Amino acid sequence: MRTYIRYWIEMLACLGKGNRTYYLWMGFLSVLILSGIYAYSHQLRFGFIVTNLSNQVSWGAYIANFTFLVGVAAAAVLLVVPTYVYERPEIKKVVIIGELLALASIVMCLLFVTVDLGNPQRFIHMIPPFGKINFPESILAWDVIVLTGYLLLNLHIPGYLLYQKYRNRPASKRFYMPFVYVSMIWAISIHTVTAFLFSGFGSRPFWNSAILAPRFLISAFAAGPALIIIIFHFMNKLSSQKVEKSATEFFSRIIAYTLPTNLFLFMCELFKEFYSDTLHNLSAHYLLFGIHGHFMIAPYVWAAIVFQVSSSFVFIFPAFRRRHNLLLAACGLAFLGIWIEKGMGLIVPGFLPTPLGDLVEYTPSLVEFFVCLGIWSVGAFLFTAFSKVAIAINTGKLAKKNLP
Amino acid sequence: MNLLALLKSKLLAGRVNKAAPELKLSRRSLLKGSLGGAAVAAAASSTLTSKATAFSWDQFFQKHYKELTPEEKKKVFARIEGELSQKYKRKVTVDDPQPIEGTKFVYALDLSKCNGNRRCVEACVKENNLDPSLAYIKVLEMDRGGLKLDAGDRYYDRATVPAKDKIYLPVQCNQCDNPPCVKACPVEATWKEDDGIVVIDYDWCIGCRYCQVACPYEARHFNFKTPEVPAERLNPNQSYLSNRIRQKGVMEKCTFCLHRTRKGQYPACLEACPTGARKFGNILDPDSEVSQILKTKVVFVLKEELNTIPSFYYYFG
Ligand code: SF4
Repeated sequence: MRTYIRYWIEMLACLGKGNRTYYLWMGFLSVLILSGIYAYSHQLRFGFIVTNLSNQVSWGAYIANFTFLVGVAAAAVLLVVPTYVYERPEIKKVVIIGELLALASIVMCLLFVTVDLGNPQRFIHMIPPFGKINFPESILAWDVIVLTGYLLLNLHIPGYLLYQKYRNRPASKRFYMPFVYVSMIWAISIHTVTAFLFSGFGSRPFWNSAILAPRFLISAFAAGPALIIIIFHFMNKLSSQKVEKSATEFFSRIIAYTLPTNLFLFMCELFKEFYSDTLHNLSAHYLLFGIHGHFMIAPYVWAAIVFQVSSSFVFIFPAFRRRHNLLLAACGLAFLGIWIEKGMGLIVPGFLPTPLGDLVEYTPSLVEFFVCLGIWSVGAFLFTAFSKVAIAINTGKLAKKNLP
Repeated sequence: MNLLALLKSKLLAGRVNKAAPELKLSRRSLLKGSLGGAAVAAAASSTLTSKATAFSWDQFFQKHYKELTPEEKKKVFARIEGELSQKYKRKVTVDDPQPIEGTKFVYALDLSKCNGNRRCVEACVKENNLDPSLAYIKVLEMDRGGLKLDAGDRYYDRATVPAKDKIYLPVQCNQCDNPPCVKACPVEATWKEDDGIVVIDYDWCIGCRYCQVACPYEARHFNFKTPEVPAERLNPNQSYLSNRIRQKGVMEKCTFCLHRTRKGQYPACLEACPTGARKFGNILDPDSEVSQILKTKVVFVLKEELNTIPSFYYYFG
């Protein structure tokens, strides 16, 4: 117990030390977090009137970011499988980064769900025995359960491994391997359930599609690795832990498959909508071309398509993707493209037109914007802190014996 | 006025201007914009009412409606009555009439009679203590020659109705027998009662709006702010599961006026309708008017293919 407390104290102390870039970055994030809290306090006081949501467009930026981030969290499985199943050494060194990224993403997801509640203080209504969770009927109940489970799994696995490393003890497989296997399936389940959240109702034909879950997973397996490659780049630049080139190559090769597949599935969806030419294609029409002069989202979606198509080329051709700067740019574009496509590009058209044919457009309000920015900053803050500690432990700088 | 609100109202003003050529959009954006811009102004007035809406531990630990014992119910109703009477400076009573055994309520609406005068909407707003920005009933105006829901206009504004070559389709909660909203709710804050009415426990709803996403009839309405019911039109006879004053951040919906219908009265919308288009009654009673209509007329429901099994029928009399 003593060691455990000392472990925590040392980890926190480790967070206090860093160079100027580190302080500036964390300070910058703190300012954004504070502005997010300030914006959210408005929403708490005045209600959702400070958002641009309406009875027509029930969900917006919060749920869009939530959906996207569930994907980022699920993508951690792409590091977990090669590490523990195929024992690839170059990935094994950084697997913990993936797990910590999943952890930070899940925290962001839960925050996004919370700020989307009209009565967040009533969250206890979900927790039995006092609360009543509508399980298994409600997919939202499922989602809360699988997300919490994933949070716990990703707290336990890296937590245990790091603690053992800190104490200089070998990690015993019994204590983490079963959880690793569970977390692989669990990662798939969080994104599947999140897709079912949308695809489960006949009231919204745009989402009522069987390929929504596969689309979510594939796009997650493109956006997640794109982010991981960018993170590797910064680790190599800013930290003492170096990531091997082959790890980056491994992930860019994954994206070479997943990103074009994502575009393919998107195209399948569009074929169904437009060729059958029923009234159910109005949402898809809105998405791409706008309807009756409402086309707020179309330019963004076209940009998302262009981003994904152009970055696909970089990933597909080895000659392109081996150029580091080009690869980084492609990762940025792919990430952004998917963020638009499966974030606002998926959520908003589901509500346009409404089931009774109303058209009300939506763009996030300033309050929503700052709350979102605040939550992303919480994620970046947490992830930076987690990685800093993990790298210190992994490289032996932070260990029980050599006290700083 | 603080900076954030100022920026926001500016932003919203921009949106309204951009939307101006589109009549349909501009009116709604204006509404939303003025509400948003006025949010802070409203805050001033909401401090007046903050007593009634302030955080209360009693409410925080209050159980789900179905779990309340009769004594606990009494206490809860007394708390709500106290808060509301104080806020509105008049006596408010809160009860919870139970479903009558052997009763299942059904609505039938004669489309050949409805002329789009929207008296039902007005009566409903009054009866159910609705905030002026909400309405449980939407009347869609459509061209003759079909029932194209997506081409309906709910914002029509005419000096006289009916307009030439138009038909009118009022839509409210269908009280489905296979309700997607009930399935969606993660905390069982909404359920179907024995007489077929789908209700919401406003003190239990967490405000996730998933039920609103699931509903194919746009029958669920969210409180984007603390509802402001003008004291002069307050209906003081309230019931826990229907027309009592809601809070901000919770869902609300049409309950077929259960506080009236379970006491043998007609829903407010039916009483207000001057054309006689609205019929309401117990489908389990073979002699009731609605039973007769279902037997003798060609009736239909909205979006039958979704298998929600509505209790709200339309017919041409
Ligand atoms: S908004 Fe309220 S009633 Fe609707 S699903 Fe959420 S908790 Fe249930």
